[in-house]
Amino acid sequence: MEQVQNTSVLPPAFADWFARQGWAPHPHQLALLGAAGDSLLIAPTGGGKTLAGFLPSLVELADGWQGLHTVYVSPLKALTADIGRNLARPVADLGLPIRIEDRTGDTRSAARQRQRTDPPQILLTTPESLALMLSYPEAPRIFGSVRRVILDELHALSESKRGDQLMLGLARLRTLSPGLRATGLSATVEDPAALARFMGGAQVIHADPGPDPDIGMLATSRAAPWSGGGGHYAVPDVLAAVRGATTTIIFINTRAQAELFFQALWAANEDNLPIGLHHGSLSREARARVEAAMAEGRLRAVVATGSLDLGIDWGNVDLVIQVGAPKNVKRLVQRIGRANHRYNAPSVARIVPANRFEVIECVAALEAVRERDLDGDARGPGPLDVLCQHILLTACSGPFDADALYAEVVTAGPYADLSRAEFDDCLNFCATGGYALRAYDRWQRLMERGGLWGLRDPRAVRDLRMNVGTIVEAEMTKVRWKRGGGLLGEVEEAFAATLTPGDTFLTGGQVVRYESLREMSIEVTPNLSKEPKIAVFSGLKLAMSTELSHRVLALIGDPARWEALPQDTRDWLALQAEVSAVPHPGTLVAETFPHMGRWHLAVYGFAGRNALQTLGLLLTRMMETAGLGPLGFLSTDYAMLIWSVDPVTDLAPLLDRAALREGLGEWLADNAVMKRTFKNVAIVSGLIHRNVPGGRRTGKQATFSTDILYDTLRRHDPDHLLLRITATEAGRGLVDFGRIEEMLDRSPRLDHRMLDRVSPLAAPLMLEMGRVRIEGQGRMRLAEAEAEAMMAAAGLRLDGGTVLDLSDLPAPAAPAAKPADRRPRRSRPRTVPLPR
Amino acid sequence: MTGVLFDWHGLRLEARCSGALWWPEGRWLIVADLHLGKSERMARRGGALLPPYEAEDTLRRLRDESAALDPRAIVSLGDGFDDDLAATGLDARVVTELAALARGRDWLWIAGNHDPAPAGGHLPGRSLEQIALGAVTLRHQPQGDGPDISGHFHPVVRLAGARRRALLVGARHMILPAFGQYTGGLAADAPAIAQWVPDGFAVACMHRALPVPLR
Repeated sequence: MEQVQNTSVLPPAFADWFARQGWAPHPHQLALLGAAGDSLLIAPTGGGKTLAGFLPSLVELADGWQGLHTVYVSPLKALTADIGRNLARPVADLGLPIRIEDRTGDTRSAARQRQRTDPPQILLTTPESLALMLSYPEAPRIFGSVRRVILDELHALSESKRGDQLMLGLARLRTLSPGLRATGLSATVEDPAALARFMGGAQVIHADPGPDPDIGMLATSRAAPWSGGGGHYAVPDVLAAVRGATTTIIFINTRAQAELFFQALWAANEDNLPIGLHHGSLSREARARVEAAMAEGRLRAVVATGSLDLGIDWGNVDLVIQVGAPKNVKRLVQRIGRANHRYNAPSVARIVPANRFEVIECVAALEAVRERDLDGDARGPGPLDVLCQHILLTACSGPFDADALYAEVVTAGPYADLSRAEFDDCLNFCATGGYALRAYDRWQRLMERGGLWGLRDPRAVRDLRMNVGTIVEAEMTKVRWKRGGGLLGEVEEAFAATLTPGDTFLTGGQVVRYESLREMSIEVTPNLSKEPKIAVFSGLKLAMSTELSHRVLALIGDPARWEALPQDTRDWLALQAEVSAVPHPGTLVAETFPHMGRWHLAVYGFAGRNALQTLGLLLTRMMETAGLGPLGFLSTDYAMLIWSVDPVTDLAPLLDRAALREGLGEWLADNAVMKRTFKNVAIVSGLIHRNVPGGRRTGKQATFSTDILYDTLRRHDPDHLLLRITATEAGRGLVDFGRIEEMLDRSPRLDHRMLDRVSPLAAPLMLEMGRVRIEGQGRMRLAEAEAEAMMAAAGLRLDGGTVLDLSDLPAPAAPAAKPADRRPRRSRPRTVPLPR
Repeated sequence: MTGVLFDWHGLRLEARCSGALWWPEGRWLIVADLHLGKSERMARRGGALLPPYEAEDTLRRLRDESAALDPRAIVSLGDGFDDDLAATGLDARVVTELAALARGRDWLWIAGNHDPAPAGGHLPGRSLEQIALGAVTLRHQPQGDGPDISGHFHPVVRLAGARRRALLVGARHMILPAFGQYTGGLAADAPAIAQWVPDGFAVACMHRALPVPLR
C-alpha cells in the first residue's frame, strides 16, 4: 500500500479548510494531489474518494481559469447532481472562482446551448452526454482547455460498453487537449492493474480499505417462501430494522420488485416512517425529490435499485439491507459500502433472501465476503460496434483523417490491440455499410473528400446525435396523470400494449388505473382500493458468478454444512432428497416431469445463467433432431428448464459433448438469443436508429424487425462486420461453451430422475421470467393443432380436405356472434419478426 | 399442401403459404407490397445503410412461386416499389431478374401510396390504378363496400405464440400480407384493418398455409 505522508502539497488555504471541518486529509487524497501522471484510486465507499478526485482540480482552479478545466464523468445522472451539491460547500467556503454545472440527458436545452458557448470550469456529465458534446463542431474549442478528467465509479463503467465509449471519448479529449491528466476512481475490484490498463495505463493508489463490515442475514420472524423474488415475508422485520437505524437503504434487484416491496412496506408502516422510492423508471422530478430528501436527512429509508448502487454520498446511512440474492460477491461488497460513510467505522449490512433457494446463495455469498474472495470475469477487447458509433459521431463534429483517428483510438485502453484492418472494417461499415455487394456507392454515409472523411448528407447528424449511447433498453412508454398531466414514470411498451382501460397496475409506488393511450403516453387515474396488475419492468438479469455458483453447489451438496442454513431451507432440501436428488459436486442432477400439459426437463448445472442459456439452446437442438418437439426454455443461475411436446427419457446421448458442439454453428446462429444480440449490435453500430426525429419509432407496418436484417445478412453476407461482432459478443457474454464444458468436466456422473410432478427444487423455475422460445417442429405441431381447434370451434371446415367451406362464415353485420367473455386483444400495431 | 383453396365472390382462389394469392382459373399470381428498393431509398435520404439484398430475396421467393405455378399474369397489388424513384434506382441485377420473371407473361403494376406511378415504362409490364377480376376489384387499398382484394396493411395474426403474416378474408374485402422482405406487420385486429375485415378468416403463412377464423 502506497501512502504519502507529506502534507506540504496541500496549499495553506485548503489545509485550513480541512482543519476547520475537523478533518485530516486522507493519505490517498494527498497521494492523488501529488501524483504526476494519470492515476487510479481504489478506495472503499466513504473513503473521501470523490473529494480526493476533485482536490487537484480545486487547487489548480484557486487562481482562476478561463474555460473548461475539469470534466467529471459518472455512470449515473443522480451522481452528478449529488457531486454538484457536495462540491458547492468547499467552493463556497474557500471562495473559489469556479462554476460547476452538470450536463446530462436531464439538462435543459437552454443550459446545453449556453454550455456550448460558455462552458463552466467543472463539467459533471455521463459517458453518453460526453460523447454527444464531442460530436459538436465546437468540441475542439470547448474541450481544448481541459486539464483534468475524473472518471468516477470506473469499476462499474468498465463492466459495460458505456466504459468502452467513455475510453474512446477520453482518447478524443487527449487529442483535443494534449497533456491532460485522467484520474480513475473505483471501489474495491479484484484486479486493479486490469482496470488501470482499461483507462490507458495509470498509477494505482490504494486507500486504506477500512475495517471489516458487520454483515449477516436479517433475522426474520417468518421463513422465506418457496419461490418468488419479492421478499415480502420479511416486511415486518425490515421495518423493525429501519426503526432501529438512523437512515437505511434497502436495495432490491429489479424495479418491479422495488415497486412491490415499497408498496408492502407502506401497507405495514404503522408508524408512518418516512420511506422513499428511487429507481430509474421514475420521473426525473420524483427522483430529484427523493435524492434531496435523503441528502437533508428527512427520510428514514429509501427503497432503491441499482440507480442508487453507486457512490451517491448519503452522509448518515448507517444500515444497508439487501433484499434478494446479490448475484455476485463484488456487488454485495460494493453495496455494503453504502452504509456508514464515516470512514473507519464498519459498514452494517443485512441480507434478506427472497426465497429458499436464495437463502443458500446468500449464505454462500456471506462466506465469500468474509474470506475477501471477490469474483469477476476478465473483460475482452473493446467491442467494434461502439467504435462504429464513435467514428460516426466523430464525423458529426467535422471531417477527420483516418490515420489520425486510428492513432487516437489505439490510445484508448480497450482498443490498444485494435488492428488497422479492424479499424478500416469499421470505417468501411460506417461509410458504405460494408457489404460484399457494393450497393451504396452513390449514397455513402461517409465520403472521403480531400483526404478527410465526412458525412455525405448533413441531415444525418441529427439522427446520429439522437442515437448516442450503448445501452439498449426495452422501449418505454411514459405514464401520466389523466388530469393534471404530471409525469409519473415509465413502463415497458410491451407491458403497456397489454393494458385495457380499467386495468390497474403499480408504478411510482402507487396503484393506478389505465384510462387511455394518448400521444404515445399512458394516461392513468389514481386507484387506491384495487389489487394491482403488476408492472413488468425489465430487471437487468445478472448472471451469478462462477465462483459463487460453485460455492452454492458445494453448500447444497454437503448435508454436513446444511447447519449454516435456516431450518425451513434444510427441510426443503431434505424433501428434494426424498422425492428426487440433491445436486452435489461431481454429479449432474436432472429431472423429467409433466406440468401443465407439457413435458419439462430441468438440468441443475450450477454454471451461471449465461452458460445454462447456451446449454438450453444446444439441448433444444438435440431434442429437435430427436423429434421431441421442444417449445422453449429458460435458464437461471443454477438450472435450465426446457418444455416440449414429448418427454426426454434418455438424457445422456443429448449431453454428448461432440454433438453439443456441432450445434454451436448453425443452430446457435439461428436463435432468439443471437437475434437479440444482433439487435443491440445493430443499434449501437448505427445500422438502425432507435430514435428518429419527430418521435420514436412506432410499430406501424412500415417498420420491421431486426430479425429480418439478421436473416438477410446471414444468407447473403455471412462475413459481414456486424455478424462478426454479434458472434464475438454472444461468445463472450451469452454463449459460454467453456463454462458448459467445465460443468460437464466437473460432473462426470449423470443422475436423471423421471418424476410424476414438479420437484421442490424445480418449483421456483416455473415462476422464472425470461423464456426463450424455440421455433421448430413442436411449434408447428402446436400451430396446426391450435388452428384446427379454432376452425372446428368456428364451425369452418375444409371441404373434401382441400376447399375451405365458407357457408358457415358469420355474416359481416353480426358482431353479436363474437364471444362475449373474450378480452379485447391488444390493438396497438407492433413490429414483428416474420418467418420466411 | 402449401395453400388453402376457397371460393369468394364467384372466384376459386388459393391462399399460398408464401403470402401470394393464386387464381387457378386465369392463372394469375397476385402479390402485395413488394417494397422493392426500400434499402436504397433509406440510404438516399441519408439514413441507415441496410443490407442491400432485400429486392433479391423478395424476387427469389417470387421466382419460386412463379416456377411452381407458371402464371399467365403476375399482379403487384401496389407498393411494388418503396417509391417511384426506387423503381428507377434498382440494381441492374434486380432489373434483369424482373425481366426474366416477366418474360412470356403479363405483369400488372397496380399503383400504391408509395409508388403512384410504378414502373413508368422502364420496367416490363403495365401500370394501372386498379383492375377487375370478375366481380372483384384488385386495388392497393380497400374501398367502400368492395368486393375488392388489396394489400397496404401488411396484416399479421397471432398463432402458436408468435405473429405470422396472414391473408385476411372478410365478407366484402380481402387483404393480402406483404410479400416484400423488409416489411413489418400490423395486427389483424388493429382498428385500421378491422374496419375493413371485422370478421371472417385468416390464412397464416407458416411452414404451410394454416386457416384460422378471425374473431
